Amino acid sequence: MDNQTLISCLKVKLIGFDIQYSESNDSVTIEVNKTNLIEICKILKAESSFLFNMLIDVCAIDYLAYGDADWKTLDATNTGFSRAVKKTIIPDPDEHYDEKRFGIFYQLLSIENNIRLSISTFTGSDNPPTIDSVNGLWNSANWFEREAFDLMGIHFKGHPDLRRILTDYGFIGHPFRKDFPTNGNLEVIYDDDQEKVIYKPVSITTRPGVPRIIRKDK
Amino acid sequence: MTSNTLKLNFGPQHPAAHGVMRLIMEMDGEVVVGLDPHIGLLHRGTEKLAEIKPFNHSIGYMDRMDYVSMMCCEHPYILAIEKLLDVTPPIRAQYIRVMFDEITRILNHLLWLGCHGLDIGAMALFLYCFREREDLLDCYEAVSGARMHATYYRPGGVYRDLPDSMPKYKANKYISEKKVKKLNYNRDGSLLDFIKDFTDRFPSHVDEYETLLTDNRIWKQRTVDIGIVTPERAIELGFTGAMLRGSGIAWDLRRKQPYEVYNELDFKIPVGVNGDCYDRYLVRVEEMRQSNLIIQQCIQWLEDNPGPVMIDNNKLATPKRSSMKHDMESLIYHFKLFTEGYSVPEGNVYTAIEHPKGEFGVFLMSDGANKPYRLKIRAPSFPHLAAISEMSKGHMLADVVSIIGTLDVVFGEIDR
Repeated sequence: MDNQTLISCLKVKLIGFDIQYSESNDSVTIEVNKTNLIEICKILKAESSFLFNMLIDVCAIDYLAYGDADWKTLDATNTGFSRAVKKTIIPDPDEHYDEKRFGIFYQLLSIENNIRLSISTFTGSDNPPTIDSVNGLWNSANWFEREAFDLMGIHFKGHPDLRRILTDYGFIGHPFRKDFPTNGNLEVIYDDDQEKVIYKPVSITTRPGVPRIIRKDK
Repeated sequence: MTSNTLKLNFGPQHPAAHGVMRLIMEMDGEVVVGLDPHIGLLHRGTEKLAEIKPFNHSIGYMDRMDYVSMMCCEHPYILAIEKLLDVTPPIRAQYIRVMFDEITRILNHLLWLGCHGLDIGAMALFLYCFREREDLLDCYEAVSGARMHATYYRPGGVYRDLPDSMPKYKANKYISEKKVKKLNYNRDGSLLDFIKDFTDRFPSHVDEYETLLTDNRIWKQRTVDIGIVTPERAIELGFTGAMLRGSGIAWDLRRKQPYEVYNELDFKIPVGVNGDCYDRYLVRVEEMRQSNLIIQQCIQWLEDNPGPVMIDNNKLATPKRSSMKHDMESLIYHFKLFTEGYSVPEGNVYTAIEHPKGEFGVFLMSDGANKPYRLKIRAPSFPHLAAISEMSKGHMLADVVSIIGTLDVVFGEIDR
């Protein structure tokens, strides 16, 4: 099945849902509303022309810094280059997120029909960001969702065992968010006086080696 | 938890855990009733680190994902960048990549076979497997300068063409001339000649491993009917690679969704029947033989077809040093490439290859900058390890070691 056939087939079977279809880089992505996610996934899994029986990956994305650059490139000849100095963002625990702050990409695979599909969705303004778990449909979602919870702080409603998975015991924060510093917040050292291993605030500061530059010219 | 069960801690430092993994096991006598893996002890935040580096700087980090099959981990990352940039590498580079992917597959399976054997009591096998691995690591070294972490694949091709000569052993006060001559017997020609010599003798080595294991009573007692996964469950749990094929599903991305030049090569996909540890062992051993055939076909093609191994676009490829001596443009390209890198058009892409362990995928999102906006690595062993609890329940403690071995886990890619 080629991508155009897949899109037209999806449009027929998923009629009535608010979905945006797109084809880029040889793959098909559908953007769905998070309230319909489970219903749509059920159809995609059961419908004989798709049979998306394998969930390959779940990837959470924080769009906070999307399109930010350290250097201006378009008007630089008039004003001179800005410096690659990082602003520190301090997250507000009670803030209401932008509707498009956190996104999730699901990669689906159909072994029978040999097709792939990615589903993208946004978690909306909920704090903490919340979405329904697809673990009931595909059991491989179990650890993928735990990872997204750990690193991005997304809550999956209906997940049987939502615990941290990759970070340290007792870790605070969600490290893959864009407002979490790459250096981290704490460092671990052995303290000679106390004769034990202790945590203390990091002593290094972020220094960008290569500035982040967006160029539109190709 | 009933009163007669016992909690048992396994790892994180345990030779049979294949890295740093901690298992909290609930035992009823010697039978496992519950199992909770704790991972993340090797978490380095590679995906976050990639966000602060230009695209090319992260290729070396990919080697360190699955550190026993290095080039295969670079491959999907490179493919993702190439797809976003919409460039196609020269055909010779594609053959070189396929050849090294298959060398890597043998490297990975040899390590797996040796360690899996060692875990369940076949000591000698480990030494034989590492003997062959050494030759393949010499190929890595000859082509990239590094034995393991090669950073050899680049967007637009490979770093350089295959060398015409192999490094040789030299005599010193510990190794005599006579011994050196014996060590260098297959190193007089080019790298391709060296690999050819390896592929000629490798099938007989696989026969040796099989005489040690395949009909061995102890080996069968330790692996047959251990960790059975039905085809339905394998799909449900997100299994790929040999774990899926061991359960009888003929799924291989090299054949089903071919990338590079796999659709021009002739090879077979072995599948298992019962989905137990023994079948997965048979599948992987056969995969080594098939990889050997693919390498032979690549050598044949590469000998007959010289050509460029990198695209002719100085926005991606380093200009020639000689042209930089007199050409201003080359000098500018060189400077921009090494100070800023290249910008990748806005968009997102998911690329996957058939890694020795299963489907290794990279989800890459770019917002048009010279650094990735988000990189997500889909490691094959991650869903495999997630299923260990289901696979081990009802088995004895000693069988857990067989199951860890058959999963072929490497913590570099699970913890990332």
